[in-house]
Amino acid sequence: MTNTIADIAQAKAILVMGSNTTEAHPIVALSIKQAVSENGAKLIVIDPRRIRLVDYAHLWLSQKAGTDVAVLNGLMNVILTEGLEDKQFIAGRTEGFGELKNVLAKYTPEYVEEISGIPADLLREAARIFARSERGSLIYAMGITQHTTGTDNVLSIANLAMMTGNIGKPGTGVNPLRGQNNVQGACDMGALPGCVSGYQNVCDQRTITKCKDLWGAKLPEKPGLSVVEMFEAALRGEVKAMHIMGENPMLSDPDLGHVEKALRKLDFLVVQDIFLTETAEFADVVLPGVTFAERDGTFTNTERRVQRVRKAIEPVGDSRPDWGIICELSRRIGYKMDYSSVGEITDEIASFTPTYAGITFERVSREGVQWPCPNPDHPGTPILHAEKFTRGLGKFHPVEHKPPAEEPDEEYPLILTTGRYLFQYHTGTMSRHSRGLEEMCHEARVEINPADADKLKVKEGDWVKLITRRGKIKVKACVTERAPKGTVFMPFHFKESPANVLTNPALDPVSKIPELKVCAVRVEKAGSRQ
Amino acid sequence: MAQVNVTIDGRQIKTESEKTVLEVAKENGIYIPTLCHDPRLKPYGACRLCLVEVEGAKEPLLACATQVADGMVIATDTVTLHEIRKTIVELLLSNHPLDCLVCESTGQCELQDIAYNLGIEEIRFEGERHTYTIEDFNPLIERDPNKCILCGRCVRICQEVQQDFVYDFAERGFETIVTTPYDRSLIKTLCEFCGQCISTCPTGALTERLSRFKGRVWETKKTKTICPYCGCGCQIELYSKNSEVVRVGTEVKSGVNSGNLCVKGRFGYDFINHPDRLTAPLVRKGRKLKKASWEEALDLVALKLSEIKKKHGADSIAFLSSAKCTNEENYLMQKFARAVIGTNNIDHCARL
Ligand code: SF4
Ligand code: SF4
Repeated sequence: MTNTIADIAQAKAILVMGSNTTEAHPIVALSIKQAVSENGAKLIVIDPRRIRLVDYAHLWLSQKAGTDVAVLNGLMNVILTEGLEDKQFIAGRTEGFGELKNVLAKYTPEYVEEISGIPADLLREAARIFARSERGSLIYAMGITQHTTGTDNVLSIANLAMMTGNIGKPGTGVNPLRGQNNVQGACDMGALPGCVSGYQNVCDQRTITKCKDLWGAKLPEKPGLSVVEMFEAALRGEVKAMHIMGENPMLSDPDLGHVEKALRKLDFLVVQDIFLTETAEFADVVLPGVTFAERDGTFTNTERRVQRVRKAIEPVGDSRPDWGIICELSRRIGYKMDYSSVGEITDEIASFTPTYAGITFERVSREGVQWPCPNPDHPGTPILHAEKFTRGLGKFHPVEHKPPAEEPDEEYPLILTTGRYLFQYHTGTMSRHSRGLEEMCHEARVEINPADADKLKVKEGDWVKLITRRGKIKVKACVTERAPKGTVFMPFHFKESPANVLTNPALDPVSKIPELKVCAVRVEKAGSRQ
Repeated sequence: MAQVNVTIDGRQIKTESEKTVLEVAKENGIYIPTLCHDPRLKPYGACRLCLVEVEGAKEPLLACATQVADGMVIATDTVTLHEIRKTIVELLLSNHPLDCLVCESTGQCELQDIAYNLGIEEIRFEGERHTYTIEDFNPLIERDPNKCILCGRCVRICQEVQQDFVYDFAERGFETIVTTPYDRSLIKTLCEFCGQCISTCPTGALTERLSRFKGRVWETKKTKTICPYCGCGCQIELYSKNSEVVRVGTEVKSGVNSGNLCVKGRFGYDFINHPDRLTAPLVRKGRKLKKASWEEALDLVALKLSEIKKKHGADSIAFLSSAKCTNEENYLMQKFARAVIGTNNIDHCARL
């Protein structure tokens, strides 16, 4: 997020797109609700489904899944036509507006209606509300990024924020909500194929020198493989061994049939986890790690706040903290990793990573600090891009609408989109082993609009088959207006009906994110579970 | 905010004009009893326990709803106030089950603490008592209206903070009760099971089912840490007893969550001590995974990775790090991949 969770409450308009906030980020949802009820903010929700947040919204725009760029371009088209853009901000802090204007010209509300299904007047109204408000916050999550056009979607959101001058002040900003508690930290720490910690590019000579000086190691020259690419390489026989720490690709990744084949093909698989997950079942060696309650360290939340994690109990049984396991392995392979405590690693991160340079273990134990924090006296940075952008001027990146990789056709006439439930979390490794959560919600349902259900003669609670080009699963139906006509929704938490058997592994060319939010599906009535 | 000077119980205090008497007292370590107050909520003035005497005012004023003004002279603990408070609390207790022996709230019950602080040894009033039987079949929230003192905190937190409007007052007079629409089970309402209502309830009227009989609050150790679920990064407190996490709480007004939590953060903790946790390394022998020692397992991994690297090159090995692990662990994992093995094949499921 460019801004903080707390400052959402100061926004006068909030545009939420591709985030089922009340279920996936409930505490952020509290800030949104507070902005609406206490401070009179106007809330605009853009989501194909009638999610719970719509109950608090002034406007709900239900777009066809996979048409976000068109919708955003449409909003900007209206703003421009009606002269509502922030001319001062555009002139003083940005470049490339002319190119953007050219692209926007054809995205009239009427044209966008044809693509997205959002009535032209509704789009106009949303654009006016957002552009006329003194402070507007843009909030999004995986509903924006998990598309083959994910990067384009994000760029369009940034275009809208800059065009309306909603950058660098409280109650504004481009605010992606990270799905997992330390996704932000894992990225910051360089668990990425192209950069080491602090987004220092592996191809940059300075990074290479730093690794040589501080690690005493030669940094491999070319960027590595991303998750989905790793499994493809394994299938081709190029990747022979994998070491997976605390992840469960056998439920979380697209096209599970494919993932399973890849895992089986490996010569050697090590999995470090807290339970024998679907992925660990395939391992040659399973190393028992610990939960958050049994370890010390730091997590970085979605607003870039580095916070202290404290050990409450000793590791259960003979399990060990993951950092200790890595150190042991490293020593055995002949590279000494000698840390007497977690804090020493935190301090090494500070010395290696410019954005974390002021974040020592001692400091973070006292207070959470938001990076960038370049030195120990720096207060941290709650709001990014306040005076200028990292690159100086903010650049507009005009983008055209592109359809999703797979669109409904005669054989697969509906759209399938996936997401989360309030009571479950990701692949369920934690939540499904929590008695209370599991009792609240222990099975998936596919949400289907009454009109579609009628056509298929499917009633509430009936078993149905979902079939895509990748595979098929059975699941019970939930007939509800929450799902728009032509689109079905299901969560991916449950191994009994793994939605990712169905999803499309087509990738965004830049971010390498698979298109989990749209694929074409056929629904058939099934007799029973078997 | 203007600077003002006030006197509380003879102490001169400098403070800001927008604060309430209660806030200023609390900041300065002066105890004023309250039952209906929660800093997350707007002042309500229902319990009337926070009455204080202010020089020049005809009647005692509510500390929670009165803002300080320059020169104010306040007394928080006079004989009159003590008598008023005692009467209020005795009236509450005259219609209270007093099964503190087994009540889940004992030790963290505000009613219990206030009765003790006021030195209530007998209850001078005898009257009608409630005998509600409410069964709410849900796995998380135990409701016992017999212990409800009608402070309205659950009603208000669900309205003001959570904005789900699940509870409200029904009936009148002695029959007044806090309940759900048509007395339905919470499962049949819009309840999100955030448990905010439990977190604010001053008595044992709303308690957690999962932690029932798992430990008294004074037997547990509190550890401040961060929720393991979504990216909000809420601050939580783990209550543990004998190496088992038995409850999750928060410090009111602290962390990015200001003391609020959602259902996963509050109730999704018992995976920690789940019997199916992996407690020893496993090594595949034939078709089965068998228990092994750490030495054996680590040696095997080191050997295999080295062999494969030698035979097929470092880029034939790939690593997945974790959004569940700490920054330190992620940092080490990428260092391991890059500096020790020699490949940039490292990623995690940020994209999934
Ligand atoms: S659990 Fe949350 S939503 Fe449900 S009644 Fe309590 S405060 Fe309201
Ligand atoms: S308590 Fe809920 S909102 Fe807060 S971090 Fe945990 S899962 Fe997210």
